[in-house]
Amino acid sequence: MDILQVLADATRSAIGPVAAVYALAAIGLNMHFGYTGLLNFGQVGFMLVGGYGVAVSVSTFGLPLGVGFLIGIASAVALALVLGLPTLRLRADYLAITTIAVAEVARLIYRAEFLRDITGGVYGLQSFSTAFYQWNPFPSGTYGFGWLSFSARDLWVMTVTWGLVLVGSAVMWLLIHSPWGRVIKGIREDEDAVRSLGKNVFVYKMQSLIIGGVFGALAGAMLVVNQQTITPDQFMPQVTFYLWAILLLGGAGRTLGPVLGSVVMWFLLSVTDSVLRQLIATDVITFIASSEIGGVRHALVGVALLVLIIFRPQGLIGNRKEMLINVK
Amino acid sequence: MSSDVNGATVDRMAGVDPLPGVAKPDPILVVDGVRRSFGGLTAVDVEHLEVQRGTITALIGPNGAGKSTLFNLLTGFDRVDSGTWTFQGKQLNGLGGHRIAREGMVRTFQLTKALTRLTVMENMLLAAPGQTGERILGSFLRPQWRKQEEANRARAEQLLERFKLLAKKDEMAGSLSGGQRKLLEMARALMVNPTMIMLDEPMAGVNPALVQSLLEHITALRDEGMTVLFVEHDMDVIMGISDWIVVLSEGKVIAEGRPSDIRADQRVIDAYLGSGYEESGREPQTDTGESHE
Amino acid sequence: MRRRLVTVLLAVVTAILVTPAVAVADTQGGETLNGQIRKPETVAGIDITVFQGDEEIGTATTDSEGRWEVALPGPGNYRVVLDEESVPDEFVVADQPGAEHADVNVRPGQQRTVIFVLAYADEASTEPSPSQSSDDADDGAGAAASDTEDGLAAPGVSSNASFGTKAIQLTVAGLLYGLIIAISAVGLSLIFGTTKLTNFAHGDMVTFGALMALLVSGMTLFAGLHTAVTNLLADVWLLGPVLGFVTRPMVLGTVVAVLLGAALGAFLERFIWRPLRKRNVALIQMFIVSIGLAMVLRHVLMVAFGSNRMSYPDFQLQAMLRLGPIAITPRDLVLMILSVLVLVGVAALLQFTRVGKAMRAVSDNRDLAESSGINVDRVTLYVWTLGGALTALGGVFYGLNQIVHWQMGFHLLLLMFAAVILGGLGTAYGAMVGGLIIGLVAQLSTLWFPSQLMNAWALGLMIIMLLVRPQGILGRRERVG
Repeated sequence: MDILQVLADATRSAIGPVAAVYALAAIGLNMHFGYTGLLNFGQVGFMLVGGYGVAVSVSTFGLPLGVGFLIGIASAVALALVLGLPTLRLRADYLAITTIAVAEVARLIYRAEFLRDITGGVYGLQSFSTAFYQWNPFPSGTYGFGWLSFSARDLWVMTVTWGLVLVGSAVMWLLIHSPWGRVIKGIREDEDAVRSLGKNVFVYKMQSLIIGGVFGALAGAMLVVNQQTITPDQFMPQVTFYLWAILLLGGAGRTLGPVLGSVVMWFLLSVTDSVLRQLIATDVITFIASSEIGGVRHALVGVALLVLIIFRPQGLIGNRKEMLINVK
Repeated sequence: MSSDVNGATVDRMAGVDPLPGVAKPDPILVVDGVRRSFGGLTAVDVEHLEVQRGTITALIGPNGAGKSTLFNLLTGFDRVDSGTWTFQGKQLNGLGGHRIAREGMVRTFQLTKALTRLTVMENMLLAAPGQTGERILGSFLRPQWRKQEEANRARAEQLLERFKLLAKKDEMAGSLSGGQRKLLEMARALMVNPTMIMLDEPMAGVNPALVQSLLEHITALRDEGMTVLFVEHDMDVIMGISDWIVVLSEGKVIAEGRPSDIRADQRVIDAYLGSGYEESGREPQTDTGESHE
Repeated sequence: MRRRLVTVLLAVVTAILVTPAVAVADTQGGETLNGQIRKPETVAGIDITVFQGDEEIGTATTDSEGRWEVALPGPGNYRVVLDEESVPDEFVVADQPGAEHADVNVRPGQQRTVIFVLAYADEASTEPSPSQSSDDADDGAGAAASDTEDGLAAPGVSSNASFGTKAIQLTVAGLLYGLIIAISAVGLSLIFGTTKLTNFAHGDMVTFGALMALLVSGMTLFAGLHTAVTNLLADVWLLGPVLGFVTRPMVLGTVVAVLLGAALGAFLERFIWRPLRKRNVALIQMFIVSIGLAMVLRHVLMVAFGSNRMSYPDFQLQAMLRLGPIAITPRDLVLMILSVLVLVGVAALLQFTRVGKAMRAVSDNRDLAESSGINVDRVTLYVWTLGGALTALGGVFYGLNQIVHWQMGFHLLLLMFAAVILGGLGTAYGAMVGGLIIGLVAQLSTLWFPSQLMNAWALGLMIIMLLVRPQGILGRRERVG
């Protein structure tokens, strides 16, 4: 087994565009769960509407890419309203059930046959990101050194996506360290107490849902720009569970928690993937077919989620004492 | 133990007859026909009730009498089936809890709701009304809310000083003892600048040494002109500091009066000694709302 | 349109990699075009050729699993053509997307999936197994979601059926669908009632039941037993046929699956949930634990049983019974009757037995039940056992009515949530009522709307319910404050 190759691949994956996309979406989830205590299990739904906002605007209606991003963001706001209006007044688990259900309904609608002319149905859409790559300021070529090198295209996607992660983290920090953020954190602790002090809890929760959702939409948009194609079935509920694992791994309620979580998570996923692949290729493991590696990986993420939430709910950089106070 | 607090030799309720639903000379809160039932069981059914401005009024009754439910209804934390109530002449029914708090009627909770993962100071600052930095766009304009924040901080420190919590201001609220949390909750409620403060069992689960201090704080509030309505179980406490007592049983107001009137009222004794103990079989069931808050 | 519903969707093939795998593909290099063609079974021997411009890049023939793959020289635009000559006589290439993809863009490192869809050449040939469901995704692409249920709309509704006939047929299908949802959801609701836990792993307990029955019913041991019994008792009056039926592998499989489902429920409660409760783990955390558990269970089942769609060997291909305007297979009729009996049985258990009353008491108010001397831990264990058994049974019924697939439970889970919220979270009877309504709404919506959206309507109904009456039909308004 070529350990250096495995580590090189893992490093590339950890700082690659997909890790950045997941970090961005997890920042949104951190707003929801980490700071406000909202149980959003449909973050993938925001990614979906964000991605399709771009793809449909550009590919189907021939609008500029920038307008596509705005439409993606507007769709996320609309989705947050649809989710929030019925559920934010109710107990936390209603939101959880509704978010997962609505994200799934959204996927069903976007892939439905009757919208085929607009969304491309199950086949999705392509060629909507040309403009993005035309803006690429890096002359074509390879950047980096040896095993850690990226094409100009990848470098451009990474620059923009990690840039968004940086800006997002800064915005999040400013918001949280303001009186607004204090109310939001208060709601996480006990929304009745905050209400009794004259704050309109519903409005704050809705604002949080919208902000986090917009981050999800941006992540979805960057995801499909990176892929240059979009299909509805890549927005499965598993994506949301990955985001949860990332958030809990990094540390919920920490500005850099989602970023660190995403980097570490993609590093580990890549390592397990390569190791499993090599073990199967060399017939060390025979009971798993290589086509099933995806399934094994999902199961491992499930285990990670279980173990983290029970034994280390504060994640890598959370404060254990703070976390324990919250338990009942 | 309450003799010195009971220095309420002034009868603030002079000339008011001790009758259920009696009119008061200067009512701040007027309740009319408020009803609430849970699955066929009527929890609250108050015909008429007035609370006199600038007094300490106690709401008592056996377990499951509907005290906490009435409290929740009046403060907008539960919805009435029917009925209306006005506070300082403004009709409040239909308003959410936060709107009622902004009107100046601020409540605390039986099980204290300290915001555990915020510091004591953050708990206080959160409660300050009208902060520009609490608006989503305002939050980015740091210089705009800096000044307001400083003013609020100064006021919070005064209040913390008064409740002997200043030394703890940078600690997590979750690390406070039960009694300190009660004090913090009261201080935090005052941060809202209320005209009337509603205390839900402020002495529950507090050690006796602290009870005395809490009582002093409550009487001090009244002496500063605030109206206090509180739910309490402990008869001694109630008799000691209340100007007026309202007795609730099975959701209805069965008696009202000065402590001396209540002590002599046969219906109250029956309610406490009768229904409270004889029907202990169904007592916990009707009590769930209160113990679950 | 009918042709689309009944036949095309029966044969859709996609093989889209799970999203996260997209990232990995980036680092693998080596562009390819690939896909998989499957009927209810797979179709082998179909030739597919890839062109760039006029130049032929490569040819592939589908293997025994219907898979094909062509390696490419590099990124670019390709034309992919399916050789219609190579398609077996019983199939034709569906109009959509046709036999040729003219402009397939492959980007660097991409292993792109190209979709070809076959249909039965003779529409009538689909009639024998009308509720055999459609086929599409694998490898975690849950395209299965909508199309799986599309097949359900089909039973006995012929293309020229009047609106009335269709309505009656769909009502019957909806009732069956609803009954299956109800059976599976009762456990979810009882568990929520007794422990306040929203169990996200409930759907995968459905899959577990269905797959266990598949495993057992496929065992030669049981097939042998069945043959032995039928041979031995063939001439014995009544006893012969009865024992013959009872020992049919599928019947035994169902019984074993229900027992294993009960055991799984009890195991989860005893070794995961009870210890977590004792540790005072907060509900939100438990909630996330159940999601982790769901992911583990689902994907372990996927690795163990594969990602193909399967059906039970028994009770397939039955002729329709005609009862007045209703056409139904004997299998579905029996399923309906059994479902009603099971639900009545559960209701009787809850209403009249000591255990059942204790369950309702704990569900109503855990603290009160505890203080009045009920052993809450034991009752919770019973609830999980009962829930596990019912869920497994629901899974077998669902699998009999449709297909068995590793994601079947997850799709049912969302409908179970809808049913439970509609009926009233935590009430067993609410789950039953809610299940029936959800089943009917989903099916009847296809009278007017595309069948791909049938589950969307059911979930939409749930959201409307949350707006109007969040406590559900049978739930009580909660005390707040």
